[in-house]
Amino acid sequence: MAVQSSMMLNAMKQLWKSRNLFSQRFSSHFTFVPSVADPSLGSTTKLNLCQTINGAMHTAMEEDDTSVHFGEDVAFGGVFRCSVGLQDKFGKDRVFNTPLCEQGIVGFGIGLAVSGSTAIAEIQFSDYILPAFDQITNEAAKYRYRSGNLFNCGKLTIRTTWGAVGHGALYHSQSPEAYFSHTPGLKIVVPRGPIQAKGLLLSCIEDPDPCLFFEPKVLYRNAVEEVPDKKYLIPIGQAEVVREGIDVTVVGWGTQLHVLLEAADMVKEQLGISCEVIDLQSILPWDLPCVANSVSKTGRLLISHEAPQTSGFAAEVAASIQKECFLNLEAPIARVCGWDTPFPHVFEPFYLPTKWRCLEAIKNLVNY
Amino acid sequence: MFVRRLIKPSYIPSLRAASTVSRKSSPANTQEQEPISLLADEFRLREFGKKYLGDRKVAFTEQLVIKAWQAVSEPFPIYRVTNAEGEFLDTSLEKDFSKEMLVGIYKTMTKLNTLDKIMYDSQRQGRISFYMTNFGEEASHVGSAAALDSKDLVYGQYREAGVLLHRGFSIQQCMHQCYGNHLDWGKAKQMPVHYGSVEHNFVTISSPLTTQMPQAVGSAYAYKLSNAKLENESDKRIVCVYFGDGAASEGDAHAAFNFAATLKCPVVFFCRNNGYAISTPASEQYSGDGIAGKGPGYGLHTVRVDGNDPFAVFNVTKEARRLALQNIPVLIEAMTYRLGHHSTSDDSTSYRSEAEVHQWTEKDFPILRFRKYLQKKGWWSEQQDKDWLAQVRKEVLHSIGVAEKMPKPSVEEMFQDVYKEMPSELVKQEKELAEHLQQYGEHYPLEKFQK
Repeated sequence: MAVQSSMMLNAMKQLWKSRNLFSQRFSSHFTFVPSVADPSLGSTTKLNLCQTINGAMHTAMEEDDTSVHFGEDVAFGGVFRCSVGLQDKFGKDRVFNTPLCEQGIVGFGIGLAVSGSTAIAEIQFSDYILPAFDQITNEAAKYRYRSGNLFNCGKLTIRTTWGAVGHGALYHSQSPEAYFSHTPGLKIVVPRGPIQAKGLLLSCIEDPDPCLFFEPKVLYRNAVEEVPDKKYLIPIGQAEVVREGIDVTVVGWGTQLHVLLEAADMVKEQLGISCEVIDLQSILPWDLPCVANSVSKTGRLLISHEAPQTSGFAAEVAASIQKECFLNLEAPIARVCGWDTPFPHVFEPFYLPTKWRCLEAIKNLVNY
Repeated sequence: MFVRRLIKPSYIPSLRAASTVSRKSSPANTQEQEPISLLADEFRLREFGKKYLGDRKVAFTEQLVIKAWQAVSEPFPIYRVTNAEGEFLDTSLEKDFSKEMLVGIYKTMTKLNTLDKIMYDSQRQGRISFYMTNFGEEASHVGSAAALDSKDLVYGQYREAGVLLHRGFSIQQCMHQCYGNHLDWGKAKQMPVHYGSVEHNFVTISSPLTTQMPQAVGSAYAYKLSNAKLENESDKRIVCVYFGDGAASEGDAHAAFNFAATLKCPVVFFCRNNGYAISTPASEQYSGDGIAGKGPGYGLHTVRVDGNDPFAVFNVTKEARRLALQNIPVLIEAMTYRLGHHSTSDDSTSYRSEAEVHQWTEKDFPILRFRKYLQKKGWWSEQQDKDWLAQVRKEVLHSIGVAEKMPKPSVEEMFQDVYKEMPSELVKQEKELAEHLQQYGEHYPLEKFQK
């Protein structure tokens, strides 16, 4: 009887799998692991990532009457519903649609910031941020430096949706953070869930330097957790040790953090390996001391991101840690990343740095 | 009608209405509605005109005509006030210009010209690394600057030093910037002629062309919001952004024109059309009616002006500013000629004849043209001119002497202002360089830098 039912269960699993294979979407390559908010922040409300970002923008715009929010389709609430209610509350002069032109959006936002307005610009998908690459890297990033601090555009924050979504293919899935990490003058942030998104987005908006805020779009609705009601800031440039461990340090950011947490669970369960899981949170500037401290303790490092491997940000982390922790390293630093291909449509499940690939990498680190 | 048959039955009301077409023709049905096709036409024209085409009246036509661009409208005429001899064509306009103002404009134009001549030579002698002159475009700078309010924010490209000089930016400050010494307000970070000044509301120049244009629109939008809160009309400000005819080909120009028009920003776009972008003549830059020709397509108020006529440039800029204060953006195209080389890294004789340059110098050198007017009015004399030029020359040479002797900023300055606060990794790199210089300092030009 028991055997039979287990066979049936397997058959159902197979059926479920094949159903997934033929469906349009391959989402949920991860299971969202909610964070627990700092209890000292008081009361909380259950919110998803969209709602949290929306709330954070409400807070920022209430506090600062020079702040404006703009981009493609933000007026009616945004294609991901992140700006719902903002125009009703703050008026058409402060929340408005722009023409469909990314270089214009960022250039316009820089100008607002130069003249003292707080500019919260939205780029609909980070895949489409590249037309604004010149304005971001040659202009925004260098404004303060090149003028000897006469002018700056520190009041500019660029929000944009980011990362794999299951079926986004080449132009709705990219993780372009490494392109920007090569540009002094920018700050780059990626939250892993609503609690971090609120604190980090508010920090970006208040920060005196231009910030890129990448929002993992697959988490917009999937990620739900108890978010503190009151305002709080999470410092830019600080990583968070999400789980302590002793054998291997694993570093990631955004959605990939959840993949890493699952992989850490699996190696713990199967092999008794204890992982220290670090959410980098800020890509630029990044928290080298936090990672170095951890690796000094564990002696092993895995870095994982969705973006392609070659010249991805893991390369920077690996090179720096190799220098800082050479004597502590027990195994070569491992990178589990997207392949060096464009982000594919039907092959997404094979493209992503899945928990299975991470699991294998952790095993290899320990067995080296 | 073919298409209608494909419409689902739920849309039958339209089919029923369609049948009125035949009934309408019968005299018995005089009370009938208008034919559906006319109703639909009216509806569509209203929708297209109002919603798609900015409340314009639009009509259908049965004539298939793909319009040649030349046939759409006349080229924008070139507005002028004086002729090439510096004579007013409508003398009633003379009263708008006081002696004091005009002598001021003349002095700035000649100051710029003198500065350019000396700095050009200075670069040729290897005393500074780079320079760009403003020869032939002096009138457009100073004429427009005079029409702006000093609190209006200016974004430039790089060939607008006359605007800064008009605002009181000193020759000495120009020198500090070009020499990259520690007194440069820009902290010696950029190439020469990349000026900037908060005091003079002139945003620091950067090399990437046209990036300043959408930025200027953003700043104008910020002013639109702050202007709305001001009661006093004279406290309101606009933004004026300068760019060349070549820069207008960049995507950012398109972005700026479109954003300014749709978001109704108090901005004046000032194009210096001087016929060349480095070696590329205007004929290889665009095919339409210059830069002004682009304006109406974006819904921009537009004017073309004789850029060598400071009176005309003043008038159009003043009127453009008045419109901009009502959140009506304006595009000005100033027609002029780049008399000098593109920069000190360019020899323009390899792509245009010396004869061509000579002709422009002979026939329409804006400074000469303007001086003729002043002299005719008895407001300026040969002697005054000599004395003034000698004085400016002395000032420029003196300021070069001062700037040249000043040390460059300290080497640590290189690490400052990347961010407001220096990140720890950058602190480390700064320290790394300091340690390196302790050991290898003799191989670096440390003596030129502040300790």
